[in-house]
Parts: sequence; structure tokens; C-alpha cells
Amino acid sequence: MKKIAMAFIALAIIAGSAFAEPVTIEFWHAMGGKNGEITAKICENFNASQSDYKVTPVFKGSYPDTMNAGIAAFRAGSPPAILQVYEVGTATMMAAKGAIKPVYKLMAENKEKFDPKAYIPTITGYYSTAKGEMLSMPFNSSTAVYYYSKDAFRKAGLDPEKPPKTWPETFEVAKKLKAAGYEYGFTTNWISWIQLENFSAWHNAPLGTKANGFNGLDTKLVFNSPLQLKHFTNIYNLSKEKVFVYGGRENKANSLFTSGQVPMHFESIGGYGAMKATCKFDFGVAQLPYYPEVKGAPQNSIIGGASLWVMGRKSPAEYKVVAKFFSFLSLPETQAFWHQQTGYLPITKAAYELTKSQGYYKDNPGPEVAIQQLLNKPPTENTLGLRFGFMPQIRTIVDEQWESILDDKVSVKEGLDNMVRLGNEKLREFERANK
Amino acid sequence: MTKQYEFSSKGLSYLLVMPQMVIVFIFFFWPAAQAIWQSLFIQDPFGLSMIFVGLENYGKLFGDPAYLDSLVRSFLFAGFVAFTALTIALFLAVQTNKKIKGTTFYKTMLTWPYAVATFVAGILWLFMFNPTVGIVAYFLKHNFGVEWNHLLKANQAFLLVTLAASWKQISYNFVFFLAGLQNVPVTLVEAASIDGAGPSRRFWSIVFPLLSPTSFYLLVMNLVYAFFETFPIIHQVTWGGPGQATSILVYKVYKDGVINLDLGSSAAQSVVLMVLVIGLTVLQFRFIERKVTY
Repeated sequence: MKKIAMAFIALAIIAGSAFAEPVTIEFWHAMGGKNGEITAKICENFNASQSDYKVTPVFKGSYPDTMNAGIAAFRAGSPPAILQVYEVGTATMMAAKGAIKPVYKLMAENKEKFDPKAYIPTITGYYSTAKGEMLSMPFNSSTAVYYYSKDAFRKAGLDPEKPPKTWPETFEVAKKLKAAGYEYGFTTNWISWIQLENFSAWHNAPLGTKANGFNGLDTKLVFNSPLQLKHFTNIYNLSKEKVFVYGGRENKANSLFTSGQVPMHFESIGGYGAMKATCKFDFGVAQLPYYPEVKGAPQNSIIGGASLWVMGRKSPAEYKVVAKFFSFLSLPETQAFWHQQTGYLPITKAAYELTKSQGYYKDNPGPEVAIQQLLNKPPTENTLGLRFGFMPQIRTIVDEQWESILDDKVSVKEGLDNMVRLGNEKLREFERANK
Repeated sequence: MTKQYEFSSKGLSYLLVMPQMVIVFIFFFWPAAQAIWQSLFIQDPFGLSMIFVGLENYGKLFGDPAYLDSLVRSFLFAGFVAFTALTIALFLAVQTNKKIKGTTFYKTMLTWPYAVATFVAGILWLFMFNPTVGIVAYFLKHNFGVEWNHLLKANQAFLLVTLAASWKQISYNFVFFLAGLQNVPVTLVEAASIDGAGPSRRFWSIVFPLLSPTSFYLLVMNLVYAFFETFPIIHQVTWGGPGQATSILVYKVYKDGVINLDLGSSAAQSVVLMVLVIGLTVLQFRFIERKVTY
């Protein structure tokens, strides 16, 4: 009798644990600080909403560190199910055919409802094939805008509710701000992403052939055209006149704006939350300026940020969790929460509408400016984004040549030509390694 | 001068050395071998396709003017850092060795910077020299009219990283120089003084030669430090810029390997760097050690 009782108890425990234990997957990401807390909260919400599946978020450091950790884990045979990779790593992830599982296949196989049309096209287009098949799930997407100090505008006798719309106007305003007593008129982050990539897209100018690399590995860079030459020459001249100041690579120039020293600053909308927290003055957000003589400008801007990739060689049970999690992520409520807490953009139109109906944009018009910039016009083949191999290195090449231009080591034309030449060398190497 | 202790059984000595050798093997030899192996291939980051290309990665490196620039630059950088760190440390050690008040205080204060982690040192210098908010940059502008902007001016960036790298190493050198100085028999120096030798003569003819074992050791260590361990400073302060003004070899290895995921080229660069520094050390032992008086 005792033996049978023991057997029953053992069976019950086994059966119980088999039912109670949720399938767990790991989600490796690079979201630190506040953004990391919100990421963890979203995973918590998902886990709490049901008991069959569990997502464990793991912070792995910077974008390059996280990507490397994922790659190393894959090579060691145990990658996480979800890996966050920054947008410039897209070409590398896409070329790794055996290492990743495309999102559209994952959702179809797991019978999750998935309508690509519900997503904002400029966001999902970046991470999709030419046929519109989504390969990775957009997570934190941003775009470039400029921030300006309304207090500074008032001081210079300018209307704080009418930020400049064109580049000639912007340069004039910058000069007026300098005349009003500021040491410099404007600065910028991310020279490549904002003043080259987004600049070109906003003017419907191509960065490279084959739809900026979407249509083939044999793409060639072409951005050393008269338009970009004019723009870089303008900024170089203003740098000599001390109207423009260079603040360093990536987002190092932020302190120039937040300290109140430089009243206009080009930066990502993803920095909106940080700006709100650190700026002690009244500031506004405006769309990127354009050159009015360029036909078709303004077109639409392109995104930055990162997306979630599903790694290959995992079990079907784990893929089910990923699919469920992605559906949860796409819910308007989740997206609205993420958008409002971090400043990153919502990826679905429904989330945008929900946020609007909640009146969020009345107190925070900045993020809506960014969304409208993305939706300004339907994207052309020049403005879906870009897909160049070794893009992190190409951005570094742009940074280096730009610094050489400012330091008078090369002329503006030489610098731009160097960027294209050296960048093309990288593209050919990537093509060779991934054929 | 040194007594040789002999172990009765060879087995025991091997056993005692083995843990260290295991660590050296796993963390030094094995990765080095892997680097040599990987440098012979072009591969995608995930390792899904590996194309054997022999020495092509190396050929590309030496055909790349930017790489050759970086090579020259790294030597210049190492030279400047070693020279600065050694001379300043020696000067400070000699001064602290004198019988003056507060030597313990000086010795403690001068040794402290070594405890600062290299990347923290980088951040400290970054803040002090920040073109907009750094106190040194401010001071230079308002008192000397010098426009400090290491983000734009290549020479200033190079100067800044040299200073930051030397600063840390001065403490390390100081400790060794001080110990070396205290091993110089006072009688010799006093005898020279009685014979009429001035302080400068006493130093260069007696003290300095007797310091040579220490100096030689420090020279080797400083050069190795400047080639490898200055990576955090470059990474924090200038990221190899402006342009490529502070892009030294070890930083390029990181950029190409970790950021750009160009594993073949990065592996080739690290092999070249390894061979370079080994070669440099061998040269030093061959030529300079002869002049060292033990």
C-alpha cells in the first residue's frame, strides 16, 4: 500500500511539474539605464499574463558587446532565443542564413496572427526583404530630429514656436543665436546617421546603388554627389566661422546642448527621455531641415535603433515562446507603454493612434514630430533605409574623414570621395565573405 | 650574489609550476594559436563560412597605408610614453630618496595613481580636458589663450593620450626606481663626493649605471604597456580619432574584431602586434642587456 502511495505521489509531482514549469527563453539586449528597466518590465508583464511561457531579459552591455556575445554563444552552440542587434548590424545578421530564423517564418509556423501592414512601413521596411518579408522584429526604433532651446530663441528675438524648416533658415538662425551671445549656434550627434544617411533620405537622394544595398551585395556607395558635397561644405564653413561646433563621435555632443551652451542640437528622438530629465531650460523638437531647391524634398527620414533577431538551432517549444512574446510586444498597449516611457517610436499605427487618443502628445509634442517625419511620404527605394555590410566600419570611416575635413587635413571634396572609396572597399570585402 | 636552491626531486618542481603553466597555456598560448589560425581565413562572424586565403589578410594589411601609419604611430606613441614615464619617475624617485621631511608622504602619494584602473585614468583625463566643460581646457583658454579641442586637433589628441598613459605608469616606475636607488651602496656615493664629484657627476657615473638592471626591466615593461595596456585610454578618450590620429595597433585590433566583426583581419593584426612586441623585447634583451651591469 505504501509503495503504491509513493508511486502515486511521485507521479503527481512529475505530472505537476511538467504542467507547471513554463518554457523559458533568454532575451539578450543592450538596453541600459531607464530603457533597461522598461524592457524588464515588459518581460515581467508578459510572464505575468500567462503561465506557460517565460522570457528572461539579460543585459549584455553595449550594442557591439551584445552582438558579439550572441555570435560567440552561437559559435559555442547555445545562443539565446532572442538577440537585440543594432541597425547597422542588419546586413551581417541577414547574411548569416543558418544562424537566424526569419520572423515572418516563425510567426507563420506558430500560427500567430501577423499582418505586416499594421506596422509603420519605414520601420519594418528596414528589416524586411525586398518582397516585404519581415526578417527581424523592430524593437526600439528612433529617427533623427533636432532639439532647440526655446529660451535661447526668445533671447535672440526669434519665435520659439517657429523653428526653422529649411537649411538656409537654420544657418541664419544659428548665426543669430551666436550674435545673441551663445558661443556657437548648433552642433550635431552621429555625423553619419544624421547628416549623411538621414540627410540623403530626407532629400530622396541615394546613399548607394541597388536601393541602398537592399537588392544585392554588389551595391556601391554613391553619396559623394553635389548635394552632400554642398551640405558638408556649408557645415565646414560654419565651423570655421565658429557657428557650428563639433562635439565628438556618436552622442558625445549631448552635453553641449544639455548644459545650455549650444542652443540647437541634432540628435535622435531616442534621446528625448534623457533630454527631458537633464535640460533645465525650455526646449522643443523639430523636423530635420531640407534644401528647398531639391526636388522631392522633404521625403521621409529613416530609422536608427535596433531590432530583435531570432537565433537558429533552437527547439520548436522555444520558438513558440518567441512567437507569443512577439505578439505581446506588438499589442498597442505594450507599444504605447514602451513609446511613452522611453521616447522610442511605436512600431504599429494602432499604437500611435492609441497614444494620440491618450493625449500624450499634448504634453509631449516632440515624439509626434518624429513619427510624422517618418510617415511624411511613402518610402522610395532610396529611403527604405540602408543595408550595407561592415556598416559600423563605414560609419567610422565617415567619422574619421569628417574629422580630417574639420582639421583641414583634406578638402571637403577629398574627404567625401575618401569616404566613398574606403567604404566601397569594405563593401567588396563583405560581398566576398558572404557570397 | 644569488643563492641557487636545488629541489631534490624534479617532479615536485614541475608539479608546482604546473598550475601557472596551465593558466598561461589556456589564456595565452591557445588564444594565440587560434589567432594565427583565424588569420589565415576570411570568415563571416557566425563561422558559417570559412574561406582559406593563406597570407592574404597579412598582405592586405601591409598594403594598407592606414595600417602602416598606425604602425609608425604606435611606435612613436610607445616611445613617447616610455620616455616620459621613465624620466619623470626617475627624477621623482631621486628627489624622494633624499633625506628631507615628508618622504613617506611623497612616496605614498606618488604610488597611488598605480592603483587607479587604466580606464578610470582615461575618464579622469577626459573630464579634465573636455573642450567644453574641462577645467584644464578652461584654464588653458582663459589664462594662455590656447584653444584646446582634442576632438578636432590631431596633435592635441596625441598629446592627451600620451600624458594620460604616462601618468599611470609613472607610479609603477617610481616604486621600482626607488627600490633600485636604495640598493645603491651609500658608501660609493659618499666616496665620490669626497673625491669632489658634483651631484650630477655622482648620479650619472655611479647611481645610474647601478640602476641599470631596474631601468632595463622598466624599459621592457613600459614598452609592452604602451603597446597593449593603453587600449582603455584610447577607447575612453579619443576612440582612435580625430581622423586616425590616435589609432594605435591594439585599438585597431579591437575595432576590426569586435565592432566590425572582420575576424580574419583582426586576427592577422593581433598576430602582427604579438610578433612585433616579442621581437622588440628580444632585441632589447640582445642589445641593451649587454650594457646592463648586474
